[in-house]
Amino acid sequence: MASLKRPAMQTLKTRELVIDIPGRASGYPLNLAIESGQIWGVLGPNGAGKTTLLHSLAGLRPPRSGSLCLNDKPANELKRRVLSQQLGLVFQDRQDGFPATVLETALIGRHPWLSPWQMEGADDLAMAERALEALDVLHLKDRLVSTLSGGERQRVAIATLMTQSPHTWLLDEPTNHLDLHHQVAVMKLLTGRAKAGNAIFMCLHDLNLAARWCDHILLMYPNGEACWGLAERMLVPSALERLYNQELQTVEVDGTPFFVPKRG
Amino acid sequence: MIRPIALPLALLALAGVLATVISLGVGSVAIDPMDVLSVFLGEGTDLQRTLVLELRLPRTLSGFATGGLLAVAGALMQVLLRNPLADPYVLGLSGGAAVGALLAMLAGLGGVVVSGSAFAGAMLATLMVFGLAHGTGSWTPSRLLLTGVVVAAGWGAVITLMLAISPARELPGMLYWLMGDVSYARTPWPGLGLLLVVCFIVVPLGRSLNVLARGPMQAAALGISVRPLEWMIYVLASLLTATAVTMAGSIGFVGLVIPHMLRMVLGNDQRLILPACALAGGTLLVLADTLARVVIAPEQLPVGVITALLGVPTFLYLLYRSR
Repeated sequence: MASLKRPAMQTLKTRELVIDIPGRASGYPLNLAIESGQIWGVLGPNGAGKTTLLHSLAGLRPPRSGSLCLNDKPANELKRRVLSQQLGLVFQDRQDGFPATVLETALIGRHPWLSPWQMEGADDLAMAERALEALDVLHLKDRLVSTLSGGERQRVAIATLMTQSPHTWLLDEPTNHLDLHHQVAVMKLLTGRAKAGNAIFMCLHDLNLAARWCDHILLMYPNGEACWGLAERMLVPSALERLYNQELQTVEVDGTPFFVPKRG
Repeated sequence: MIRPIALPLALLALAGVLATVISLGVGSVAIDPMDVLSVFLGEGTDLQRTLVLELRLPRTLSGFATGGLLAVAGALMQVLLRNPLADPYVLGLSGGAAVGALLAMLAGLGGVVVSGSAFAGAMLATLMVFGLAHGTGSWTPSRLLLTGVVVAAGWGAVITLMLAISPARELPGMLYWLMGDVSYARTPWPGLGLLLVVCFIVVPLGRSLNVLARGPMQAAALGISVRPLEWMIYVLASLLTATAVTMAGSIGFVGLVIPHMLRMVLGNDQRLILPACALAGGTLLVLADTLARVVIAPEQLPVGVITALLGVPTFLYLLYRSR
């Protein structure tokens, strides 16, 4: 990872951003500042709008109101190509219409960095292979993505984002389909990227992964309300019980609280 | 994306030249391939020169251009719809173009107006199919195909109607709009020119198309302005189809068979696949047309019969496998 250059400081800010969720009349304005070195976890029940928020932050879906700024510049004034050099997204669903190999899939991450006439060079190839190696899928590089397991595909998708090497990483449930070891490996990788100066912002379903690895938390309630801040102030049982409508029991491991659903 | 590009293209170009030489030698008077080559070097008898250069060459080149245009149009539509079953003929583009061209001809117009009208017909047909099939969600394969097939059948009925009400002596010359026949092509040059231009356009566009093939959201996240690119592909595919149809009527399935076969061998990098489609589509149609001339010689088959006999099994196989 040492070969990836340290990115400059960058802030992704939302000003009174209300995401557009069909059928939800009111929306809660978000004023987030996602900065270099931070790891954000977005928690909320199904349908709270986590994916919609990620797509809005990536500029793929216009918000109902409010604005999005990258280093104090309105994001919608930036060219898509420039934006995608700064900001990348791992989707929750992927469609593989045509067969493509793992290496080809990772290499498309270089697209925003190449001019139209440019072919991928040795450097791009090396970046893609490094990313595949970091995600432990390099041995699959010549396989068709359609023949991989769900967890392997998820790691290829994260490797594609790593090849894209934007400053801000948006990830929609990056630990989906991953076994325990690879969940931890991915969280460690993301922590490493944050230490190197990237900003990480991800939706998670696993409270305890968030408690263990995230330093900032955004809670999205089903009625559209939201609150955010430092992890230790957000991860309190009463808030989480209301969030998921589920009673929780708290245990402490290594000085951090962990949450287990109550039986019955 | 990292495969060598020059070698497959050189092989396909060689195949194209071979097919052309064979096609020029075959006919009511057979000419030896070496004699065909000598004609191009300015030698050979007067009869050979007339046969090769004036009678057979325009038809062969028209066949090449038509096949290339249709194969590239098919490959583009497949990327646009992220569906390997998309084809200008199956989706009714060819039918729309044929109706446009026939309308202009019935109105007594000619030349550029016929081509323009065919282009408008192809655009209209695409808009109809895309608009209707899109409906509330995405382009699901079954919806898209059903819409396309029904719209294509509708165009077929309109063509038959127009043929029925046109003067009987013109009928044999007009029937080819339904089945496709290269022998009515007037000049190959606009088609060949367009094919060449397109091959140069798609090289810088190819990587964007590769990314678009991963879905519009992923493409947007990687810096592509999806809407403008989709419109560009749509207009380009319609233009290619319309040009092919004005040259040789609605020939089916070239746009389906060729991209499918090439993807199986060469992968799916559009920077390689699209020029390869131009060469292989041209080669296939030249060979199919040669076959069409000799199967029931001295009578000739419309080349569309041959391509349909190749294309229908390919289409059914793809559909069968996709379930």
